[in-house]
Amino acid sequence: MWTFFHKLGSPKWFYDISGKILLWLAPITALLLIVGAVWGLFYAPPDFKQGNSYRIIYIHVPVAVLSLSGYYLMAIAGAIHLIWRMKLADVAMRCAARMGAGLTFLALFTGAVWGKPTWGTYWVWDARITSELVLLFLYMGIIALYEAYDNKVAASRACAVLALVGTVNIPIIYKSVDWWYSLHQPATIKFTEKSTIDPSMFYPLLIMIIAFYCFYAVALMMHMRSEVLVSERKTRWVQEILEKQS
Amino acid sequence: MYFTTLSDALHMAGHGPYVWVSYAATLLVMFVLIWWPIKQRRQLIEQQQRIQRINASSQGNSSLKDQED
Repeated sequence: MWTFFHKLGSPKWFYDISGKILLWLAPITALLLIVGAVWGLFYAPPDFKQGNSYRIIYIHVPVAVLSLSGYYLMAIAGAIHLIWRMKLADVAMRCAARMGAGLTFLALFTGAVWGKPTWGTYWVWDARITSELVLLFLYMGIIALYEAYDNKVAASRACAVLALVGTVNIPIIYKSVDWWYSLHQPATIKFTEKSTIDPSMFYPLLIMIIAFYCFYAVALMMHMRSEVLVSERKTRWVQEILEKQS
Repeated sequence: MYFTTLSDALHMAGHGPYVWVSYAATLLVMFVLIWWPIKQRRQLIEQQQRIQRINASSQGNSSLKDQED
């Protein structure tokens, strides 16, 4: 178990294994994204209340879900870095912050665009939307905090602490639609009871959620791989890789 | 297929612009997220090549010097 843990922390081991995973995960991701988007855009029936604008759900829900679960990943990586000083966990945390900022921005943007035809306004200071905006600031804060320090060891530790403190926001976002009933509709897919969505709309949504999880994994691994190359550029194995590619 | 014609699909009964703007923004952000590490790796390779060139030329100079001595 401990040898596995040490292996996991080795940048070279990660670089090799992630390269193998990307070879098959990247094409699967592209395929899932295309199938899900075409199905959701052209084949799924329109919503009886919202018409065609609801088709934004096929990107809005996956990116919003990922903006939350990506935060957990980032906070856990931060904790691992704080406790075991694992270099790779630090890389994962910083890359997850970039991914999270992009996805949270998308969740807010697609939500605003969806809000216009559905609610008649782009923005309301509703609990769900405001707490999601706080999430965007948390992600951007972590990126900015890391850049603000000259001492990168201290920067990583400060970012990890901020990431862990910010975790308190996640359950608030998740439960906000139930606690403060407002414009934002409650969750469509429920794990404990029957979902409030027709199967003809649900299957493409499920494909899109899986597709975006795969996309997250692919993009995160790509970010981590290039960060590993940069931070390990003086080692012999990275030199060999760089020589082969140049 | 739910829509009968292509213009129907683009227009989406008036909701087209909202839907397409959302999808375009998503595509753009996804592209940036993928392009970033590729650019970073390319910069690293270029940087390494520069360092190697500098090393090579300084070594060349020192060997010349050796011959002169």
